[in-house]
Amino acid sequence: MPTVGVKRDLLFKALGKTYTDEEFDELCFEYGLELDEITSEKEIISREQGDSKASGASDVILYKIDVPANRYDLLCLEGLVRGLQVFKNKLEAPRYRRVSPLSGEPQKLIITEETVAVRPHAVAAVLRNITFTQERYDSFIELQEKLHQNICRKRSLVAIGTHDLDTVSGPFTYTAKPPAEISFKPLNQTKEYTATQLMSLYKTDSHLRHYLHIIEDKPLYPVIYDSNGIVLSMPPIINGDHSKITLKTKNVFVECTATDLTKAKIVLDMMVTMFSEYCSQPFTVEEAEVVYPDGKTCKYPELAYRKEKLSSDFVNRKVGINESTETIARLLTKMCLRSEVTGVGDEIEVEIPPTRSDVIHACDIMEDAAMAYGFNNIPYTTPRTYTVANQFPLNKLTELLRQDLAAAGFTEALNFALCSTEDISDKLGKKISETRAVHIANPKTVEFQVARTTLLPGLLKTLAANRKMPLPLKLFEISDVVLKDDTKDVGARNSRRFCAVYYNKSPGFEVIHGLLDRTMQLLEVKSQRGDGYHIQAAEDSTFFPGRCAEIFVGGKSVGRLGVLHPDVITRFELTMPCSAVEMDIEPFLGHPAEATLTHDVPLHEVIKHHFPSQVPNSRPTSTKTVFGDVSSAAGLKALDDFLADKSYMEGFEATQADTTMFDAIPSAPSSTFSHLLRWYNHVKSFLRERANLPSAKTQFVLEEDDDDDDDMDLFGSDDEEDSAEVEKLKEQRLAEYAAKKSKKPALIAKSSILLDVKPWDDETDMAKMEECVRSVKMEGLLWGQSKMVPVGYGIKKLQIGCVVEDEKVGTDLLEEAITAFEEYVQSVDVAAFNKI
Amino acid sequence: MSDAGLLETLLRRIEAADGGVDSLETASILGVDHQVLVGAVKSLLALEDLISAELRSSKHWELSGEGTEIAEQGSHEARVFSSIPPEGLPQSELMKLSFGKIGFSKAMSNKWIKVDKTHEGGPRIFRSGAVEGLLWLLSTSQHELWIILETAIQLTTMRWTVKSYWITKGSCFSTTITKPETELTPEMIANGSWKEKKFKPYNFEALGVAPDCGHLHPLMKVRTQFRQIFLEMGFTEMPTNNFIESSFWNFDSLFQPQQHPARDAHDTFFISDPALAHEFPLEYLERVKKIHSEGGYGSQGYKYDWKIEEAQKNILRTHTTAVSARMLYKLAQQEKFTPVKYFSIDRVFRNETLDATHLAEFHQIEGVVADRGLTLGDLMGILHQFFTKLGITKLRFKPAYNPYTEPSMEVFSYHEGLKKWVEVGNSGVFRPEMLLPMGLPEDVTVIAWGLSLERPTMIKYGINNIRELVGHKVNLQMVYDGPICRLES
Repeated sequence: MPTVGVKRDLLFKALGKTYTDEEFDELCFEYGLELDEITSEKEIISREQGDSKASGASDVILYKIDVPANRYDLLCLEGLVRGLQVFKNKLEAPRYRRVSPLSGEPQKLIITEETVAVRPHAVAAVLRNITFTQERYDSFIELQEKLHQNICRKRSLVAIGTHDLDTVSGPFTYTAKPPAEISFKPLNQTKEYTATQLMSLYKTDSHLRHYLHIIEDKPLYPVIYDSNGIVLSMPPIINGDHSKITLKTKNVFVECTATDLTKAKIVLDMMVTMFSEYCSQPFTVEEAEVVYPDGKTCKYPELAYRKEKLSSDFVNRKVGINESTETIARLLTKMCLRSEVTGVGDEIEVEIPPTRSDVIHACDIMEDAAMAYGFNNIPYTTPRTYTVANQFPLNKLTELLRQDLAAAGFTEALNFALCSTEDISDKLGKKISETRAVHIANPKTVEFQVARTTLLPGLLKTLAANRKMPLPLKLFEISDVVLKDDTKDVGARNSRRFCAVYYNKSPGFEVIHGLLDRTMQLLEVKSQRGDGYHIQAAEDSTFFPGRCAEIFVGGKSVGRLGVLHPDVITRFELTMPCSAVEMDIEPFLGHPAEATLTHDVPLHEVIKHHFPSQVPNSRPTSTKTVFGDVSSAAGLKALDDFLADKSYMEGFEATQADTTMFDAIPSAPSSTFSHLLRWYNHVKSFLRERANLPSAKTQFVLEEDDDDDDDMDLFGSDDEEDSAEVEKLKEQRLAEYAAKKSKKPALIAKSSILLDVKPWDDETDMAKMEECVRSVKMEGLLWGQSKMVPVGYGIKKLQIGCVVEDEKVGTDLLEEAITAFEEYVQSVDVAAFNKI
Repeated sequence: MSDAGLLETLLRRIEAADGGVDSLETASILGVDHQVLVGAVKSLLALEDLISAELRSSKHWELSGEGTEIAEQGSHEARVFSSIPPEGLPQSELMKLSFGKIGFSKAMSNKWIKVDKTHEGGPRIFRSGAVEGLLWLLSTSQHELWIILETAIQLTTMRWTVKSYWITKGSCFSTTITKPETELTPEMIANGSWKEKKFKPYNFEALGVAPDCGHLHPLMKVRTQFRQIFLEMGFTEMPTNNFIESSFWNFDSLFQPQQHPARDAHDTFFISDPALAHEFPLEYLERVKKIHSEGGYGSQGYKYDWKIEEAQKNILRTHTTAVSARMLYKLAQQEKFTPVKYFSIDRVFRNETLDATHLAEFHQIEGVVADRGLTLGDLMGILHQFFTKLGITKLRFKPAYNPYTEPSMEVFSYHEGLKKWVEVGNSGVFRPEMLLPMGLPEDVTVIAWGLSLERPTMIKYGINNIRELVGHKVNLQMVYDGPICRLES
């Protein structure tokens, strides 16, 4: 995390308010910053170099503030103040503008093709009529340094050069030349050097020597000349002294050379947005033209404002709050993300300024809304995620064994997984080539050369460090070692081992052997050849000859035990005899009933997911249902009637039928549809576990009948506030839609319905009743077969099928018409409803 | 005289005496060393209320060995003076005498003797004449004489404190001794003799005998408790037994760009053998490449040239989130999404500079929940439940940055001892750029948090240097003495 040092009084002056240290710390916390240290230059020098050196230093109070690594816009006083002032609603975020020069052509930076092999990109801009003060100047230099250390990755990705434009004259040429041919007076030096000389001069420079490696081995070094052959800079090492910025500088030429163009643009934007504040036209930046080797030109700085649209519902849902669209827009604006409510549903249009290169996805915007809302104002909620816990079987076995090994009188040690090559080879009397060890490429000390292949050296070192403890010392460890294994994707795997040592005046082989027997007892392995365990004499250079045995379980070797070789004992700086056992415990895992998780991943995807290139809007498009269009009052009325005596769309429990219908309804229904509203609120409570609900038997929601991916919302909300323009757009779309539809053969949605018609009593004339039912005639209704089904007590009901056109005939209409024959019909129920 | 005999003799003398007897006096009467008699008194005192004894002390002076010598033969300087013949004595000869060195310097400063350094055969000492010495003595003031005397006393005498007992009868005085039993024996139980016996009282002030036992390591005890907490909360343990990981799973799959400083050799251990990972789910790898270099799923991406060579590099994993990434990818490969809660506690590796609180390897505790529609409030709610089980109830969240979570929050708890907020963990919501290329449904949110195992353990067990806790330099006494681990109290 980068740390920015700012003078406290200067900061408070710019913020227009004096804070106590605690208040400012609190403000930082809220804004995602950390007031790391309150100090002064004097204090820093006296701490680092002693009091004597500090005597003349300034004791102005400095705040050291930790800034998140992706917030390059907060790396200087100017940016911090701007961010905090906007956050506190004391300032509106400025608009940064790129302008053409008042007269004449823009400054040109011509890139030649020699740069391709060393540092191919360059961008530039001009800060016109800037006024520096000592503080501004210091901050300007400091920001370059901070950017160099962070986003520029120590100048390897981007290097910044700033020049007094009035000392040089364009067009500028960015080229690359052999080092011997580059000669200039570098910054703060008194004479000219060639690039070759410079590289050796800076070998001893505490600051610059860290950057030499970037170009050192290249045949050509990058260099920027003005039209008179004056060297502006030799990126990424040093600028020329000629174009040095001073307090008197009025016009600044900023260039960034890079190996990563995206980052170069960001860095240039940062430099100019932060300091254009001090130009005579604040927040304007004069463009510069970059000419590429192929003749193409590009104007910089980009200062691009990007617009993103998102819904307040998205923010509310992700954060777990319930704020109005206007409030969320206001919160975002506080974070320098100027936001406006578009009026289309709960949509917000967010403008991302060039200073916020960290915002790359809607989730970044959502986070800013949450920060502005205040993380600590968000109510805690408990997810209802239902899961059954499982232990990783190997860890479970380890935990159980550890307990019982401690109960057997051994003390647990915990050693590093990394060690020296010597520890696992020479000291144990083994060759490193035999160990299958994984080697580390960049260890800082010998202690991290390899991953251990055995637990034994760690335990022996623990013994050595605790030689003063009373004897005997009995230690054990159950932990992972690492072995090369070609069958794994990474070419290595862990292996879980158990190791124990006994250290005393006598070797105590019987103690270690007894521990092995006890361990086998705990693992339910009998002492017998064949499927049990046994030990048999073995040769091993780690052990005293004739005092080593191999452990076999089910005929397979799992480890060894024995008395350690005196040489091994001595090499680990021990003085007493020692016996040890080490074995693999994975063969004792058994076969758990539940599927075991592994970290192996399938290499080929069986399930083919649909990977959209853009996140679609959250709302499904279809509002058409078997009850009609639920975005219309008529559709809602039909649904309300349907739900009058039902808790769910189907059966006695919530199903997918409920959630899909829920999705189809554009917004919460008004209280006039009381049954619907009751159902709506009830189903809403299930949305979290919607995926776990049983699937629907009936399709209530109809698919949009145009089959392309056009996701326009034809029947969108009937917002009263719709402006004339929106209305016009809607009409236009409707016209388009109609035109599109007319080109397609009309598809008529039909359903097959089975009705149960019940008579009053056993005396009702069933034939007459059927006749009455069949007499119902409607457009789009076709009666089908029927039969009499006994109900009980001699009563029969009429079961009659029909096919209806969904658009024209609704079940409610049908029922109404049939129950009109009051004489015969007691009730009508829909027994089955299937879409054809 | 036998011990028992002495005890009885002493008791009889006490019985006969009026009031009491003095131990010092009795010892000289009985002709035994005073210390022996004191021993007898102490053993009688152990028998309840038989006698009572009052400690008395008296002081007296005695000549020390040196003092005795001086008393008999004169002071060192006097002996030097007298041992020098008129013709003088070589200095080396004088120094051979037992009193030579001390006496020489005293006699010199008193000017009783003189040294002729130029004498043939080495320096030689001569008397300087008694008259001169006497003259000096006469000229010495009263005060100076006092100092001389005092030093002389300090050097030549020893001060003794003699302790004696004034012994009187106790409430259960008797001249016969019945020795109380120390312990109940099987015989006593069998023949019932315990009823008549007197038993020696126990000293409840003393400590018991330490049991012969093994011990669990404190860090592992804390690990067990954390596992328990996760299991109580319904979390399934992830298989984290893979220390070697590819950069792909450790960084790329988490949307951590290839130029990120954490991927620097200064922070990460790279593997030279086996240097590269050779198998990846290729379709997924393509999607990861795309999200980094071009963006997608509503993201701008990082817009840089993503290289598979960088992703292939094997490393020692820097966090267990690499395993979480594998688990989430596998979850995405299910036909139908099911919510999961995962945890792990295992080793991770950082190529960092070591100090009292940082090692190159440490244990990371990680919790992950994947479900549809989870919120930031849900993450805070889970964290609250989790930390409550650790005995931490006051939480505060600070916005933070992490390449693979958005939002990211640092978790702070109020430390009653330090009277300030201290960081106790990190948390966040995994970025869509990480989840969507895996194939997880869009409405699935994954929340996660992590902390180190070492820090709470060091606080719990009051350890300041991490090397005393982890590694071979562990202090075994600390392991032996460690209490059981109850995190909530």
